Amino acid sequence: MTKIIKILGTGCPKCQAMIGVVKDVVTENNIDATIEKVEDIMEIMKYNVMITPALVIDDVIAIKGRVPSKDEVLGLLN
Amino acid sequence: MFDWVQNSSDWLVYDVFNLSKGQHLTEALNFFIYDTAKILILLFIVIFFMGIVNSYFPIDKVKNYLSRHKLYGLEYLVASLFGVVTPFCSCSSVPLFIGFVRGGIPLGVTFSFLITSPLVNEVAIGLFVGLFGIKTTLIYVISGVLLGTISGVILQKLKLESFLTPWVKEILATAQKDQDAFIAEKQTLKQRLPIIWNEVLKILKGIIPYVLVGISIGGLMHGYIPEGFFEKYMDKDNLFAVPIATILAVPMYSNASGILPVVQVLVAKGIPLGTAIAFMMGVVGLSLPEAMLLKKVMSLKLIAIFFGLVTLCIIISGYLFNILL
Repeated sequence: MTKIIKILGTGCPKCQAMIGVVKDVVTENNIDATIEKVEDIMEIMKYNVMITPALVIDDVIAIKGRVPSKDEVLGLLN
Repeated sequence: MFDWVQNSSDWLVYDVFNLSKGQHLTEALNFFIYDTAKILILLFIVIFFMGIVNSYFPIDKVKNYLSRHKLYGLEYLVASLFGVVTPFCSCSSVPLFIGFVRGGIPLGVTFSFLITSPLVNEVAIGLFVGLFGIKTTLIYVISGVLLGTISGVILQKLKLESFLTPWVKEILATAQKDQDAFIAEKQTLKQRLPIIWNEVLKILKGIIPYVLVGISIGGLMHGYIPEGFFEKYMDKDNLFAVPIATILAVPMYSNASGILPVVQVLVAKGIPLGTAIAFMMGVVGLSLPEAMLLKKVMSLKLIAIFFGLVTLCIIISGYLFNILL
């Protein structure tokens, strides 16, 4: 099943870094997933996130406020 | 405590590089090496320590605490103190603001947090200890916390809810005290440490270039500007110095890491410490990018009141320091 990954963030350097890490993990491991960048603050607030960036996998918040390592993202996606 | 750093620096400059004592370039280089090593060590210690504290007080826990506990007026101080241990990124200020409003936390208390969080952060503290010593750092931290507390109380008294943007007002109307139960991560310190460690390294990596540039500029100035140079222009009796320094500082969005080493040299060359602290508070605490982001949740008028009041408080603390120190 295709996983839906969302990255919530208003475009700060940390958010960009998170997108980079997630994209790398997905392509390097051939994971079936869509990556969506959510920059709209109203949309972000629906997830009740107070600190960005946040990583949302299939509508569940996995990480908030920090850039994860590749291994961590891979662990979350498997 | 840092004698060994100075000794190593002396050894490197005079013995290894074989430069002769007393020359401008040699002294500047020595200053650069000593300062860089000392500051990086202190930054590492402070960021690491704050990382551990923050790991046990994540932002959701802070919000729930403020939202559920009756603190009889102390909530402003508590919010301000939480602001110290929470790392701040101006890009998170909007989600943070909304989260607090949604949790039914009064606007003034939210402001206390929003003011102190950037003003007193782990990078600024680490740099302060390295550049100015413990005593000045304590004064900076305590006054930053008080500044956030007092500004929050005043902003609450002004009843500014009507200046929020419409969609925030809607959230305000449906704010609840007890919404989501926060599930605290039950991790041992051992499990937390790798994550904290990675964060520390990332923060350090991000600021090292700024610190190096700042110290280089400081090092050059240290070697070439004569002692007491600025006293002629900016002594304590010059009443305009503090407001001018503060107002100049607000639009500057420097990473504290770049500006602090330069300010330290300015102080060494005769600028009064109160004027310098006011300048740094303006640089670190208020920034235009943050104001632009806050437009999503506040009317321009509210942002102006918010920034105006904080600027005023910074100017007053600048005067106070110049009188007291």
